Amino acid sequence: MTRQSSGPPFSSGQTVAVESRLRIPTWRRWRPDQQWEAYLFLLPSFVGFLVFVLLAVVASLSLSFVHWSLLSPPEFAGTANYVQLLTHDAIFRKVLWNTGYFIVTIVPLQLALGLALAVALNQSIRGVTVYRLIYFMPVVTTIVAAAIIFQWMFNRDFGIFSAAIWKLGEWTGLAIRAPDWLNSSFWARPAVVILTLWKNVGFTMVIYLAGLQAVPEELYDAAKVDGASAWQRFTRITVPMISSTTFFLLVIQMIGAFQLFSEPYVMTRGGPAQATLTIVYYIYQNAFEFGRMGKASAIAWVLFAFIFVFTLIQIRLQRHWVHYEAGE
Amino acid sequence: MAAGTRLPSSKHRSPRPAVRIGHLALHALLIGGSLFMLLPFMWMLSTSLKEPREIFTYPPIWIPTHLAWQNYLKAVSAMPFGRFYLNSLIVALNVTGLQILTSSLAAFAFARLRFRGREALFLLYLATLMIPFQVTMIPNFIVVRFLGWYDSYQALILPTAFSAFSTFLLRQYFRGIPIELDEAARMDGASSWRIWWQVVMPLSGPALAALTVFVFLGSWNDFLWPLVITSSLQMRTLPVGLSAFQGQYNVQWHLLMAGAVIALIPVLIVYAAAQRRFVQGITLSGLGGR
Repeated sequence: MTRQSSGPPFSSGQTVAVESRLRIPTWRRWRPDQQWEAYLFLLPSFVGFLVFVLLAVVASLSLSFVHWSLLSPPEFAGTANYVQLLTHDAIFRKVLWNTGYFIVTIVPLQLALGLALAVALNQSIRGVTVYRLIYFMPVVTTIVAAAIIFQWMFNRDFGIFSAAIWKLGEWTGLAIRAPDWLNSSFWARPAVVILTLWKNVGFTMVIYLAGLQAVPEELYDAAKVDGASAWQRFTRITVPMISSTTFFLLVIQMIGAFQLFSEPYVMTRGGPAQATLTIVYYIYQNAFEFGRMGKASAIAWVLFAFIFVFTLIQIRLQRHWVHYEAGE
Repeated sequence: MAAGTRLPSSKHRSPRPAVRIGHLALHALLIGGSLFMLLPFMWMLSTSLKEPREIFTYPPIWIPTHLAWQNYLKAVSAMPFGRFYLNSLIVALNVTGLQILTSSLAAFAFARLRFRGREALFLLYLATLMIPFQVTMIPNFIVVRFLGWYDSYQALILPTAFSAFSTFLLRQYFRGIPIELDEAARMDGASSWRIWWQVVMPLSGPALAALTVFVFLGSWNDFLWPLVITSSLQMRTLPVGLSAFQGQYNVQWHLLMAGAVIALIPVLIVYAAAQRRFVQGITLSGLGGR
């Protein structure tokens, strides 16, 4: 920003001569009297920031090294919480496996479906507004309501999904049986994935639409003149030109998948047999069901470490595939 | 941005046959997708108006023979939905108002005032954006309990009345407003407070509108924090109340779906009326104000 370019240092012995006034950048002039004023402006935000973020971070880190149920005084535990979590906790291993499952299914599907929808709705066809209204609708709905509805839709005997599958079996004469979605440790996870996709695909779509609209039309025209097919234009122009949007969404969706909680909490209570227990759900259980504040804090820090490392990896990898020419 | 779809240049000319077939196929796919997106809403509405015996049928009935409006009465008398609404509204309005107030003040200082430690403090704000909410949740829970705020409006509102993210977003926007306006106002004797309120804020309409939608919706739909910090039915917000309803009336699908309708209808109406604002708000804020 040009405003921050260097100028002559502020001098208190400034003369009122018009000449010297012109040479000193105007933004420098009020600096001393802005000092306290600035702190006043910051005060309301900073108080909250200090208590609920900064101190909380320090407290959380300290908590992760104690055993504390809130009922009796905390006991120093050293690294016991972490050691137990990472070496002896079979449930935590399962939780990590589930979270990995959700990340590798939700993130790519979310990006692919969102991009497909965005490309479709970026065409000059009728009803674009209506389509967008519909596809975006789940984004504004409360996840709890959505999860309860899906719980009912996934009901084995009378849910609409199962009914559709049974019907399909009747029509085709094949022995297709509807799975007992939420009571099956195999199918409960795909059920959570379907709910998550339904809920969030509209968000991915509008972000991709914003990215697509920044791609210059001339590129497509030039490619058409050169005889490129629609598929070639998509893979050679669209995909690279929106790679920065893809990168952004990749990181956001990955963090979101790491933090999955409401969906399994409402729909499956983490079951059956912990098949849909996620990291955040496990934090919740430990802190508020088992009264293990220390262990819950340790899990939260492991979660932070995971998010941090995976985001860093993405940032490293982006060099190889993200092009920043578009819209920057 | 996202809301302004590129208008077709050849809107009224009929396209070539190949293109038309392509469009038909596209419409078929999009309509199929739309039906899938709407299916849960329709299934919810349908079930909410059924009598219990029509719920457990195969094949499923879409249109109930008798519209069982009493399901809604039962849901409302079983759970204090009015109170949930009130709580959600109080919390979301206060969180939105306070968060925008505190964030815009801080953003003004970061973007337009010169003071010692500005860059360092701003970096500190930025750094905390990396920390997931779950890390600070447990200490905040303990602090709120310690202050005696457990199960109260303060507990629901105050911890989310500040946001490093909103501050960052507004600071980016404020920086784009020419600084000369501040200088001119100062020449005329305006204080920083007046510049904040009468120069910078009025010029930040789009960013403030986007952030309002984003924060309000986030607060309205928030689940985890209200779940852990409230315990009485009287203090539950809509999502948590609905979840409690589910816990008590498990498998009474007609009542649960009526509850879901009650929880969703107002949001969906507001959304249908102001779709553009919603999409803009979420896109702009989601992109971090880029």
